[in-house]
Amino acid sequence: MNKTVNQKAWFLVLPVLLLVAFNALIPLMTVVNYSVQETFGDNNFFWAGVLWFEEVLRSERFHSSLGRQLFFTFSILLIEIPLGVAIALAMPRKGVWVSVCLVLMAMPLLIPWNVVGAMWNIFALPEIGLLGNTLNALGIDYNFTRQPVAAWVTLIAMDVWHWTSLVVLLAYAGLVSIPDAYYQAAKIDGASSWAIFRFIQLPKMKRVLTIAILLRFMDSFNIYTEPFVLTGGGPGNSTTLLSIDLVKIALGQFDLGPAAAMSLIYFLIILLLSWIFYTLMMRNEDQ
Amino acid sequence: MAKITLSNMRHSYLAQPSSDDDWALKQLDLEWEDGGAYALLGPSGCGKTTLLNIISGLLVPSHGKILFDETDVSHLPPNKRHIAQVFQFPVIYDTMTVYDNLAFPLRNRGVDEKTVDARVREVAEMTDLTQMLKRRASKLTADGKQKISLGRGMVRTDVNAILFDEPLTVIDPHLKFQLRSKLKELHHRVKRTMIYVTHDQTEALTFADKVVVMNMGKVVQTGTPVDLFEKPQHTFVGHFIGSPGMNIFPCDVHSGQAYVGGEKIATANIAGENVSRAEIGIRPEFISFSDDGLPARIMRVSDTGRFNIVEAECMGQSLKLLIDEGAEIPADNVKLNFDPANTRIYVDGWLSGSEGAQ
Repeated sequence: MNKTVNQKAWFLVLPVLLLVAFNALIPLMTVVNYSVQETFGDNNFFWAGVLWFEEVLRSERFHSSLGRQLFFTFSILLIEIPLGVAIALAMPRKGVWVSVCLVLMAMPLLIPWNVVGAMWNIFALPEIGLLGNTLNALGIDYNFTRQPVAAWVTLIAMDVWHWTSLVVLLAYAGLVSIPDAYYQAAKIDGASSWAIFRFIQLPKMKRVLTIAILLRFMDSFNIYTEPFVLTGGGPGNSTTLLSIDLVKIALGQFDLGPAAAMSLIYFLIILLLSWIFYTLMMRNEDQ
Repeated sequence: MAKITLSNMRHSYLAQPSSDDDWALKQLDLEWEDGGAYALLGPSGCGKTTLLNIISGLLVPSHGKILFDETDVSHLPPNKRHIAQVFQFPVIYDTMTVYDNLAFPLRNRGVDEKTVDARVREVAEMTDLTQMLKRRASKLTADGKQKISLGRGMVRTDVNAILFDEPLTVIDPHLKFQLRSKLKELHHRVKRTMIYVTHDQTEALTFADKVVVMNMGKVVQTGTPVDLFEKPQHTFVGHFIGSPGMNIFPCDVHSGQAYVGGEKIATANIAGENVSRAEIGIRPEFISFSDDGLPARIMRVSDTGRFNIVEAECMGQSLKLLIDEGAEIPADNVKLNFDPANTRIYVDGWLSGSEGAQ
């Protein structure tokens, strides 16, 4: 059989190519462009090579932002994934309550990010917020605008409130796709609830959980709006995550070169960690 | 090991069944001998899976009792009934090896590892899984997985009965035969009660010593494959079993004898007086061409290899005949002979008269 070569096919790909070029490739390339140059204003640019990359990678400030970022991401993953699975397991599988639960679960996901930040900010204010005021009334000294620990607790609580639902919905989708026969067989085999979870539910949820972990990892690593509205990175720099730091450098100090270099490093870290996660979780699939 | 008795059993999936149609199972009384090979045969939706789930304990019947030997187990959960079940789609524990899959039911019951090992190896040998014990169960083919489910049922020594719910549905055609003979062989070897649910008559008739034919939530006939073929108690059985099924056509009854279009038909049984709806049933195997008999016209001949299926029109009825390959099929104006010993009158669907055992 002869292959027909038809160059016209390229025209079919062209619209997508243009779209991707304008919304991803070209912006990314301008960042690459900034990252290897130095400017003193007036649109004068000078070649700087890898200077900014070296500077960023050596800077104490970057290290501590990255550290805070990793701490944040792993904390929320450690809470949201098990919590999400637990809630999904507790949700009803049949009846009218299914829709009620699903709607309730979807609610936090529908709220705009800056609204979530503002809500929690007011909620947690020590003088007037319901949470802040209650805690202080109970004798717990709590002020997230002054205490780093309180700021962190509030930040993590906010993210858990906002995003656990996503894990719940994904895990629930995985759970309801398990045929009844598995549970029936497990009953006949005399399996305990733990064994059912360990050998039926968890393996069947593996794929959706992989997606949940990846999504939560990438989203939380990129998070900006909510902590910006809640704490603005404070008190001091205690909740300054990578993205907040990046915006400070790029738009506050207008250091285009270092900010561009930092963006690229930031991007590569996410890419690398996502790849590691994915490979680790999918490793057993092809054995 | 136990005799299974279903007594006065009824089941509905509705909380408040009102009409007759609300019952998935209508009035069942069955007795299954210990160690027998039984098949539950019937079309989709006839209640056979419901019945199976009641035996295994996955469902509690709305009415009636189920006894294992003389003990009432109607309200016992599945794991207390010592039942094993093989499902339509192979159920295996994906992340475990074949060995661990087979050991699972024993380990859950706290059996010591030495006994587990001995049992697993014995069952693996019976089900031809010995070579694969160390492999991950998810890597096996559908028939291999189904063997694992079967093995998990046989590994326990205390199993009263092994239930099969259409276990060959997802198996490739050429492996079906193999797995079916394997089942039969295993039944002879372990002598456990096996109950096999299917809508496939070949599977039921080849596997079982006794077949229970169900329709619309009722048992229509229980009997050996030969009984079902030679003496169907109901037109449903006649039609459902056999390929092609029994010819069934309406007839008139005068003083117990059947008449079609004024012609008297000799039958093995006689009908009672004042019957409402009478039919004649005769299998295609028992109609032959002859010199005298009922005139008919041949409509169509289909060659199935060993037989020709001849469709003929006779007194306004379309009848099927099974004629040996190679036998001559007359061209036109044929005459049909019904074997009287295998021609029966059915009244309201049920076999009528002295021969009937209603």
